Amino acid sequence: MTNTLNFLLAGVGGQGTILASDVLVNVGLAAGYQAKQAEVHGMSQRGGSVTSFVRWGKTVYSPLVGAGEVDVYLAFEVAEALRNLGQLRRGALAVVNMQAIKPVTVTSGGQPYPDDDRLRAKIAEVTDQAVYVDGERIAAALGNARAANVVLLGALSALIERSGLAPELTPDDWLRVIAGRVPAKYVELNRQAFGAGREAVGEGQQLS
Amino acid sequence: MIESPNPVVRMLSGDEAVARGAWEAGVAVASAYPGTPSTEILEEFARFPNVYAEWATNEKVAVDVAIGAAYAGKRALATMKHVGLNVAADAFMYASMTGIEAGLVIVTADDPAMHSSQNEQDNRTFAKFARVPCLEPSDSQEAKDLTVAAFELSEQFDTPVLLRLTTRVCHSTSAVRLETGSWKLEESADDESPIPNPQSPIPKFPRNPAKYVMVPGNAIKRHPVIEARIRAVAEYAETCPFNRVEPGDRALGIITCGIAYQYAREVFPTASVLKLGMTWPLPERLIRDFAASVDRLIVIEELDPFIEEAVRLMGIPCEGKRIFPLVGEFDPRVVRESAINAGLLPGDLHVALTGVDVGQLPARPPVLCPGCPHRGAFYVLNKLKVLVNGDIGCYTLGLIAPLSAIHTCGCMGAGIAVAHGAAKAGSPEHHVAVIGDSTFFHTGIPALANVVYNQSPVITIIMDNRVTGMTGQQENPGSGHTLQGRPAPRIELEPLVRALGVKHVKTVPAYHVEEIEKTLREYLKLDEPAVLITEEECALLPSARKRWVPLEVLDNCNGCTLCFRIGCPAILKSDELDEKTGRPKALIDASLCTGCEVCAQVCPRDAIRFR
Ligand SMILES: Cc1ncc(C[n+]2csc(CCOP(=O)(O)OP(=O)(O)O)c2C)c(N)n1
Repeated sequence: MTNTLNFLLAGVGGQGTILASDVLVNVGLAAGYQAKQAEVHGMSQRGGSVTSFVRWGKTVYSPLVGAGEVDVYLAFEVAEALRNLGQLRRGALAVVNMQAIKPVTVTSGGQPYPDDDRLRAKIAEVTDQAVYVDGERIAAALGNARAANVVLLGALSALIERSGLAPELTPDDWLRVIAGRVPAKYVELNRQAFGAGREAVGEGQQLS
Repeated sequence: MIESPNPVVRMLSGDEAVARGAWEAGVAVASAYPGTPSTEILEEFARFPNVYAEWATNEKVAVDVAIGAAYAGKRALATMKHVGLNVAADAFMYASMTGIEAGLVIVTADDPAMHSSQNEQDNRTFAKFARVPCLEPSDSQEAKDLTVAAFELSEQFDTPVLLRLTTRVCHSTSAVRLETGSWKLEESADDESPIPNPQSPIPKFPRNPAKYVMVPGNAIKRHPVIEARIRAVAEYAETCPFNRVEPGDRALGIITCGIAYQYAREVFPTASVLKLGMTWPLPERLIRDFAASVDRLIVIEELDPFIEEAVRLMGIPCEGKRIFPLVGEFDPRVVRESAINAGLLPGDLHVALTGVDVGQLPARPPVLCPGCPHRGAFYVLNKLKVLVNGDIGCYTLGLIAPLSAIHTCGCMGAGIAVAHGAAKAGSPEHHVAVIGDSTFFHTGIPALANVVYNQSPVITIIMDNRVTGMTGQQENPGSGHTLQGRPAPRIELEPLVRALGVKHVKTVPAYHVEEIEKTLREYLKLDEPAVLITEEECALLPSARKRWVPLEVLDNCNGCTLCFRIGCPAILKSDELDEKTGRPKALIDASLCTGCEVCAQVCPRDAIRFR
């Protein structure tokens, strides 16, 4: 790996972003990198936005990533995907979960919520390395929509592999870390979710 | 792969690392009041074997408890968010005067950028104010190491030590080597959590009034002692391993500390750096020598120019806040941009922004959760258009539209007394103070006693959800169990309030909107103190979750929108319009609805029912 790899995760409280970034930082460690993670989860419980940075590298100082320096984007929700888009460098990798969680300002406050076309158009302005995944639907088909975060991690792992950005890493590194972080009875579900995420970007899903 | 048992390396947050450090240092008693970003320290520490950990009722109590343990000869820890130290300041100051028998460390978790706080005060000033050493880690490994060091320092110099964290240290994760520290370990199957030996017997509590009874005659003799002590610590600071020079290019020298060190290293990889792990007292000779070794000296520190001013007072020219912001937190970009603007780095920004314009996005403010028992009372307060002096907790979210029913909120425990003051000033309206159960135990009780003693017609609503909700459902004296899961007596609010002498006291189930309205209307006619306790456990507690049953909207909904006025995230505008009015009908998101029925009670057409 040259220098550092900077991840940004963005979503809404309750979507499993915290577990996902915990997995990411530990995958970095398992691959032999220095790894750091920073998150703000003060109000997440109350449906607020949650963002979290993860960094891997030979030497990592700051846990935060400055605007414009995000290399890999994992967006869990449509409006949040747009909200944090300005943080990306041009050509960043992005996995975008096509879930819409409308805040009260939309559901009863009447503010407009961005549609999918706008999302794709704006992301295309920044990068041609984005994939779109319906993590919830894929996870629900496996029996538990809450595993959507691991579906996304699966997709992310495939994308990183393809990019050659972290050649030290194998899918097993990811699975081992995930297995160590979920209750024993959910290990198999999460393993399937991870695989389904990889399939979702490997099969059929074109890089847009 | 770093998987070998020796040394064990774990990714820990700064908070978890402090907890681990406290355990490795042999802390026996830890007391805290929750507060972001410090809360996880005690939650984590409480899980270690052979330790005592508790939620105190407030930060002053927590520090007094820790002082008591440290006087009794056991290492003790008190943790809090930055504003908690304001509450605990009195105790902190006398602890400095008396010193201790065993190590005493106070952790303050400051919150630059106010991610979850009412201000961004820089608590290093408290260390200077109290003549107490201040340690500041820059990552999780240092958080653990400096915690251990803080206890040694405390005992070596007979002083409390302030360990200052900031949000980005508390809530960032980085690798930490685990050690077994000062515990004498027994062989254990699991290398990671060795079980410490039973603790040594408690030494006799000191009978040393000259040191521990701070009457003026004794205190006057202690003051020179603590001044000499801080000078001795300053001498130690000259060679202490946490203050280190990282030599580099002589053109630029940077003095830095805490998380700012990481940004400094990232932005100025070749500069000379003086990294201070102890930011009070400062090592004057070390700083002088460092300054002499570089052409230009700058200080990179978040918030106050704390080091900068001290360096200037030494007569050493340096720049700091002229270049870097005084307000908010740093990140690598903030530091880089500031440096470019000051000519410290060449012209262009290292990375260009894409400049993408994403257009208008809907705000996503934090809101009261679906099923929150605070919602009904706020709906009524808004309906009655009364003046509300609020307080700090989940219920502060009653501020947000459409509930819009909080008019002041400053610090914990303020609301009741602010209402009283306004009433005494002749405010022409009835003032209602709203306070949560944990906040009432924290600092609300003295304020209510004052209302009774000095008689004002303040109406106090205690929103009793049986937990300290805002910070993540911690236990409190009304919960019935402790931090470490032991059963505890539940302190009931109504008898307590009656015992204070309030004549008008009523406890109402928090979901009974009509009953709340009726009671408040009665109270508004009174000219005496009155208290309404709205009671219902927090909807996020596991026991409450079991009772969740979603509601649905029936066909007779005519889109009147009244149910939107309770601001529940589970109530949506549907695509279906009412034929007569043309307004969208309501729709309930079954995945969010808990079935609290507050909406059903405000619906004039009985159009909301259980599924
Ligand atoms: C002095 C101080 N300590 C701690 C905090 C952090 N804090 C904010 S609200 C709150 C607790 C509120 O609990 P409660 O009063 O029961 O209300 P709830 O959130 O449950 O509605 C705490 C601990 C603070 N803001 N100030």
